[in-house]
Amino acid sequence: MSGKHSMNDRSGQAGDQLVAGEPLLSARDVVQEFVVRARGGVREGVVQAVSGVSFDVMPGETLGIVGETGSGKSTLARALLQAPRPKSGSVVFRGADLTKLRGGKLLRARRHMQFVFQDPFSSLDPKWKVRSIVEEPLIAYRTGGMKTRRERVSELLDLVGLDPVRYAKRHPRELSGGQAQRVAIARALALSPSLIICDEAVSSLDVLIQAQVLNLFEKLRGELGLSYLFIAHDLALVKQVSDRVAVMYLGKLCEVGPGDAVYREPLHPYTRALLDSIPSTEPGDRRRSSTIKGEPPSPINPPSGCRFRTRCPRATEQCALEEPMPRELAPGHLVACHFPLSQPAPAITGAVPAKETVL
Amino acid sequence: MTDALLQVDDLRVTFAVGGREVRAVDGVSFTVDPGRTLAIIGESGSGKTVCCRAILGLLPTGTAIGGSARLRGAELLGLSDAELRRYRGSDIAMVFQDPARSLNPTMRVGLQITEAIRTHRKVDRREAHTQAIELLRLVRMPAAERRFDEYPHQLSGGMRQRVMIAIALACRPKLLVADEATTALDVTTQAQIMELLLDLQTELDMALILISHDMGLAASYSDEVLVMYAGKIVEQAPATRLFGAEGAVRMRYTRALLDAIPHLERPAHAELPVVGGRPPDPTTRLPGCSFAPRCASAADDCLAKAPALLEHAPGHRWACWHPCENGVAS
Repeated sequence: MSGKHSMNDRSGQAGDQLVAGEPLLSARDVVQEFVVRARGGVREGVVQAVSGVSFDVMPGETLGIVGETGSGKSTLARALLQAPRPKSGSVVFRGADLTKLRGGKLLRARRHMQFVFQDPFSSLDPKWKVRSIVEEPLIAYRTGGMKTRRERVSELLDLVGLDPVRYAKRHPRELSGGQAQRVAIARALALSPSLIICDEAVSSLDVLIQAQVLNLFEKLRGELGLSYLFIAHDLALVKQVSDRVAVMYLGKLCEVGPGDAVYREPLHPYTRALLDSIPSTEPGDRRRSSTIKGEPPSPINPPSGCRFRTRCPRATEQCALEEPMPRELAPGHLVACHFPLSQPAPAITGAVPAKETVL
Repeated sequence: MTDALLQVDDLRVTFAVGGREVRAVDGVSFTVDPGRTLAIIGESGSGKTVCCRAILGLLPTGTAIGGSARLRGAELLGLSDAELRRYRGSDIAMVFQDPARSLNPTMRVGLQITEAIRTHRKVDRREAHTQAIELLRLVRMPAAERRFDEYPHQLSGGMRQRVMIAIALACRPKLLVADEATTALDVTTQAQIMELLLDLQTELDMALILISHDMGLAASYSDEVLVMYAGKIVEQAPATRLFGAEGAVRMRYTRALLDAIPHLERPAHAELPVVGGRPPDPTTRLPGCSFAPRCASAADDCLAKAPALLEHAPGHRWACWHPCENGVAS
């Protein structure tokens, strides 16, 4: 594990000096906003989907990002890929700032960063055969002649555990969900990337198939030295595959740390709530009072100060007035909270309601 | 002995797909007692949803349904739609996985609730309106009066599911079937909806069937767990027995489902125990145990003859020739 873990480190205080080796991917202050227009194109509001997110992924490392629907985790992933470009901030990948590159240069830089999406059936062209799907990136980047490309396709299908003889000529509809996801992974591996961004890549699979695909990710990590950015809503799943885990809420990272530390000693009340919401396999363990109430506020008009304060059991006046900056409370374990769980609860507690709590 | 609220005996459902027979449910028997929670667990295609839809008469015409399903002693299978309507809603109600698709997008949510009330009871509009608001409050909908006049797209996923539950509860059913009702929701919302369902269960003295693929959900929220594979029940036991410390899981498929859940306790990058292969093609019938081709401890007898589902211990049924000991696969 690396020694460097920065989060929303606007001030640069969060241990930039602790660099151990160059990060593979370094995102700084990434901001993504979308304008919502009402009828007639009137500007209605701005969705603050991602608001100043910073993190690093070291070579060979898996960084997990957990968050609920609408937390901005998929928007963040797309912003890294420059599709669409983030509104501001920098994304340095293998030494080049992708936000400053255009055209061919961007394409070449992005070749080493590939994506695996949630639903394989909507990310694979239904009219194409498996062979053509896996070959497409090789053609797009003009890699080798037809013969070498075909050989590479067979090699890739083998690598993801699909027999090329049986599967190369099939169409996606002739595959099961797990097999289709393997094809999507083979396509992502075609150009020998160094980073794979998995956006809910196993969420639509049955639990037994999910375990098979997770093991495949682990196998490929070991064999090809891949780094992953593993995005999912399931904290247990993310923890399973990640060296470090980042927790995202309403466009901001609220906690980043080594997987075990985040699970054993969560510092942010939101992380605690996520952990408490996971159904356990302990029978009768059904009532937990600490489960948070309500739903996330609208990202169009996010709460002032700390964005979680409207649902936080520990929130005080300070949380509404002042945005908490990320602090490193344990080695590599950062939290953006005025009253982290490692400290006793503040005297007057209770969620500080926003003007508009419900959407 | 007809204490049971719902008694299902030897339920069989067969679809005809392209001239071939698909046995979706193959001889399923179980009972649900009043006020209890039964979890039906299985992968996609294991027959868990078809089973409950057959009981409610929600399968397409032309589906061959055999066996019996009795609600407080009254047979449900083979009833006409008109006859079934007496039970649906008022005795049994169902909540589906995707609230966005089961709600009418062009109708205000309040009207969809009053529609459910007025279908089953002779009440005037004003009374139905009052009852609908009460129902929205019952399902803890924030700002119930305001939500009444909103359309489904204006609500979040969790709120839509609350509306679905309100509609299902409109006539105070004795049995609520929740088919993957929380699968599409976030974990924190899932926890809220599950708590709500359990609270309502106590308040209304209602029995609950939870259909899910999530063993964790079954363990946390159910009294009884029923595991289905390829249209059959392979194991059934009280949740405390199945998930208890002594680990009484007997069926290897149940074990595999449990092992495949990502655990927070497991170290990062640890290899997950996996089961290879896929569920069998439902159009072909194997002579032996349907899990045998994927089972690590399958022997010749498993492939030759299917084990029967028998009650080997009080309340614990399983169908396996070589069950695991103390929940650990040998």
